[in-house]
Amino acid sequence: MSEPVLRVEGLRVAFDHPLGKVRAVDDVSFALMPGERFGLAGESGSGKSTLALSILRLIKPPGHIEAGAVWLDDARIADLDDDGIRRLRLAGIALVPQGSMNSLNPVLRIGRQIADAFADHGLRLGHREEQRRITALLAAVGLPATIARMYPHELSGGMKQRACIAIAISLRPKVIIADEPTSALDVVVQRQVMATLARVQQELGAAVILVGHDMGLMAQFVDRLGIMYAGRLVEVAPIADIIARPRHPYTRALIAALPSLEARGMLAGIPGLAPSLRELPSGCAFHPRCELAIDRCRAERPVLRDIAGAQVGCHLA
Amino acid sequence: MMQCRGESGSGKTTLARLLLGLVEPTEGIVRYRGQDLRRLGFEARRTFRRDVQAIFQDPYGVYNPFYRVDHVLTVPVRRFGLATSRADARDLIGEALRAVGLRPEEILGRYPHQLSGGQRQRVMVARALLPKPKLIVADEPVSMVDASLRATILGSLRRLTDEHGISILYITHDLATAYQVSDAILVLYRAHLAEAGAVEPVVRRPQHPYTQLLVSAIPRAHAERDWLAEENETPRTSVALTPDGCVFADRCPHAVELCLAAPPALHRTEPRRGVACVQYREHAVLSASALGEVLLP
Ligand SMILES: Nc1ncnc2c1ncn2[C@@H]1O[C@H](COP(=O)(O)OP(=O)(O)OP(=O)(O)O)[C@@H](O)[C@H]1O
Ligand SMILES: [Mg+2]
Repeated sequence: MSEPVLRVEGLRVAFDHPLGKVRAVDDVSFALMPGERFGLAGESGSGKSTLALSILRLIKPPGHIEAGAVWLDDARIADLDDDGIRRLRLAGIALVPQGSMNSLNPVLRIGRQIADAFADHGLRLGHREEQRRITALLAAVGLPATIARMYPHELSGGMKQRACIAIAISLRPKVIIADEPTSALDVVVQRQVMATLARVQQELGAAVILVGHDMGLMAQFVDRLGIMYAGRLVEVAPIADIIARPRHPYTRALIAALPSLEARGMLAGIPGLAPSLRELPSGCAFHPRCELAIDRCRAERPVLRDIAGAQVGCHLA
Repeated sequence: MMQCRGESGSGKTTLARLLLGLVEPTEGIVRYRGQDLRRLGFEARRTFRRDVQAIFQDPYGVYNPFYRVDHVLTVPVRRFGLATSRADARDLIGEALRAVGLRPEEILGRYPHQLSGGQRQRVMVARALLPKPKLIVADEPVSMVDASLRATILGSLRRLTDEHGISILYITHDLATAYQVSDAILVLYRAHLAEAGAVEPVVRRPQHPYTQLLVSAIPRAHAERDWLAEENETPRTSVALTPDGCVFADRCPHAVELCLAAPPALHRTEPRRGVACVQYREHAVLSASALGEVLLP
């Protein structure tokens, strides 16, 4: 067995708020193998993006990392100085942030924005070499070289998203974190973008963390899936297992809520509201919405247990 | 509830802006209750602004980062005089937020960047509900929320249509949810209508090659894992588009000479379906003004 490329251990992130602290990520641990595709799914507001940002130490006040550690290979990210962190971003772990295609700089040509990524990492290249690399990167994501001279508004959504991937992979990272990379795109373009991501991943031998909520996409793309609820990982399992046999009641509800193209009818949402992260319910955070809840669920917080190759945080699993 | 879908950049958002009177058509007329939008008087325009609410796709663009989220909710309350007191306004806003699955005490007082993507989107839905509109034009209102919440929000929009007779134009990429909640559907490709009709036959048995491509590109949870492989096998035709021909010809596996000569007419292949494709040319042509016939039950 090879060693994990990324390890996240006991990560805790909180945002200070006048009315009390919001703990957006609570004691999250997982390991990512080289070349693996790991999915992170869960309700809106469950802390997926916060987790992605905190892996790169990109949390800004009022947010802060309260506890836990992240290792990339043998390097503990918290031990890195500012320079080390700067090199880590893009060169070690690259993030394609949520909504990134809308945050391309509107007044800079795409080529310039890629060159800026090189410069940010102290990579000083001659003009020729810079152009050569930009063209190669664009080609890697299936875009013609002419895109380098265009502005973001001249590109379609799918092209913009590929440009963002090109920027993210410009320094050949070991891990690519893509936060909802395709939720604004139609399914045809989505499939093209995901195929592009899969291809560059294979070429780099990089691991991918895909953040999202589309279980169909997860089923078709990732190897393993982690489900988040109220800041915690409540289930982690190989993708085929989790789809065929979800063990946590929340995961089950999530899969049951998938709209079907076979039968029309009422969509089945999970009743009740997601819990307030400021005042989490006692015991299992899902218990107020869980049909199966017993007294123990109200009193005692479940921890992740290994069950037949999966990890599940439920007393009843 | 009617649904309108198509690829990124196919003109769906422009269509929404046209319907809202935000841009003027180069040709043609948009009528609201029989009245040309460009000719509404002052009072009628005010009513229109209240009756027709929009939910736009990009939850990042709408917010001013320097104002608290409350701002986007208090503006319509004030503009349309929806509340008589501060307490009244607070109740109204609270009710709207709860209708989309949010806790007011967690949302109000925050700045936009302090909310998750899905929370921001839901605030936009709440804002549109505030003035109790007659028509909601919703452009990708739930693209960032998970399946369960999506079901909940769309379910509550659906209830609005059923109980209060509100009409909804739901603009989306997501065929699967649209299939669940809408009655009729329009499929657009590059600013052109590809297929239209009752949602059931169009989605279950698509006839236009573009609609067929869309349905086949949906990633499915309970299916063989061949989605990415299929992408790599999708045939790329070498047909070049002509200015007069069908706009889908360069991607169409069935493209023939005829497709390049003139734009395809809309053929009524079934009582409640029109398809803009020469493959169906033996069926009667459906004129643009008769489009409503295939959309309405
Ligand atoms: N800068 C911030 N300040 C305060 N609270 C924040 C901040 N960023 C996020 N939060 C809160 O932390 C929680 C988790 O947010 P996060 O963006 O990680 O959710 P998410 O799972 O990515 O959701 P989505 O699927 O909607 O993108 C939410 O309750 C959110 O309101
Ligand atoms: Mg997020």
